[in-house]
Amino acid sequence: MRPFTYERPADVRSAVAAAAGRPDAAYLGGGTNLVDLMRLGVATPRTLVDVTRISSRAIEETGGGLLIGAGVRNGDLAADPLVRRAQPLLARAVLEGASGQIRNMATVAGNLLQRTRCPYFQDVTKPCNKRLPGSGCPARTGDHRNLAILGHSEHCVATHPSDMAVALAALDALVHVEGPGGARTVPMPGLHRLPGDEPDRDTVLAPGELITAVEVPHLPFAARSRYRKVRDRASFAFAVVSVAAALDVAGGVVRDCRIALGGVAHAPWRAEAAEAALRGAAATPEEFARAADAELARSSPLPRNAFKAPLLRNVLVRTLTDLAEPAGFAESEPVETP
Amino acid sequence: MNGETDITGADGVPDPVTADLRLSVNGVPRPVTVDTRETLLDTLREHLGLTGAKKGCDHGQCGACTVLVDGRRALSCLTLTVTADDVEIVTVEGLADGDALHPLQAAFIENDALQCGYCTPGQLCSAAGALAEAADGWPSAVTPDLSAPPRLDETEIRERMSGNLCRCGAYPGIVAAVGQVAR
Repeated sequence: MRPFTYERPADVRSAVAAAAGRPDAAYLGGGTNLVDLMRLGVATPRTLVDVTRISSRAIEETGGGLLIGAGVRNGDLAADPLVRRAQPLLARAVLEGASGQIRNMATVAGNLLQRTRCPYFQDVTKPCNKRLPGSGCPARTGDHRNLAILGHSEHCVATHPSDMAVALAALDALVHVEGPGGARTVPMPGLHRLPGDEPDRDTVLAPGELITAVEVPHLPFAARSRYRKVRDRASFAFAVVSVAAALDVAGGVVRDCRIALGGVAHAPWRAEAAEAALRGAAATPEEFARAADAELARSSPLPRNAFKAPLLRNVLVRTLTDLAEPAGFAESEPVETP
Repeated sequence: MNGETDITGADGVPDPVTADLRLSVNGVPRPVTVDTRETLLDTLREHLGLTGAKKGCDHGQCGACTVLVDGRRALSCLTLTVTADDVEIVTVEGLADGDALHPLQAAFIENDALQCGYCTPGQLCSAAGALAEAADGWPSAVTPDLSAPPRLDETEIRERMSGNLCRCGAYPGIVAAVGQVAR
């Protein structure tokens, strides 16, 4: 690991000042990804700005939803009574991620900013356009079984590994950011980029910008939601595909819905085509399949991950079918407005 | 701590940066001087003589290095020591009360919950953390109802302990031991 200085600024303003204009400074949250990447030689910051003691660890009700501090640990987030009651989809997605130990360390902001687990990105002996722009993408013709089928480019087929981000993308979360240029909010989806010809940029954040909180608006049909994750072992593995879905059904017709997909793109993928196909449609497996196909029409699977398209279709249809059947759904009571 | 120092040496290669810290490990203050790159796992094992926490994968994937930080289980291989100067660290060496084994340690012996023993310190610390989380009402991915207190049956224990691998495959004994203490 390359030597680095360690700074623990007194507040957010000092943290932003400490990182401003220093491209080789990195903010440190729980460290569950960054420390590993430093050990692998993938990340080589000269300065670590530890923000864990100045990032809010509060979860509060606002008029329109929940405001979650950037420093809230994933374990605390999923266990929080407000989150469990008002945003069960978010709690479920967080619980599906990582292990108990890692959830106790990982922060909300760090979870959003974790890097891809593409094997070529993590191996400094291999080319990778994300790690070393212009060096090439061996994954396109190599090991891409776990990589993207939607929104990828000739330069990068990486996936974003977060489960939490998939739920936040479905829930129209707003990411609060503080930076050298001031404060702003970034909507989800929208924080994470598609790779295009700049795969080294995971997000739209400018250098030195620091996530301070995530706001999750109230969703009237939040109780009828589900996060379903398919992985290669029963627990503690990244998603092969995942679905975050919430459904508002009345009289057998879909009034509204939210669908986001994980494990299939460089960003948590909001399934806008599927949502559009479902609104006003009958809440039947046939219509759910039609919606899935509308989304998958935009996909371009690679030779070794083509299985993800039918897998995603099946998982999406099954998840929506479960949500459409009140009898088979345990958490069907309406959520109180906070 | 010398965080303001310019660490680039005359030859352009950064010099190591060190920090003087006062850790709290198993209730005992432990002053140490560490390189900022050092992980808590290496500090415990190499500087403090606490070799209970094990280096399995050193990437956060096996759980052998699990310790308790402010009462919550955490991975010492992904914790930079320089970040841990204001927390209470408990390692497997701190679980027992003198010569009286922690209930989990006794249950591991009784249920034959180990073969080679390499993962056991991490399993024990993780189990202690998992029991505390359950006692605080924390749900897991397999908890059927997010609003009800969790019941630590075999499915729950397996899910909650999934961050700890055992290459000997002592899982049935580990699940039995944790379940015995949970009851």
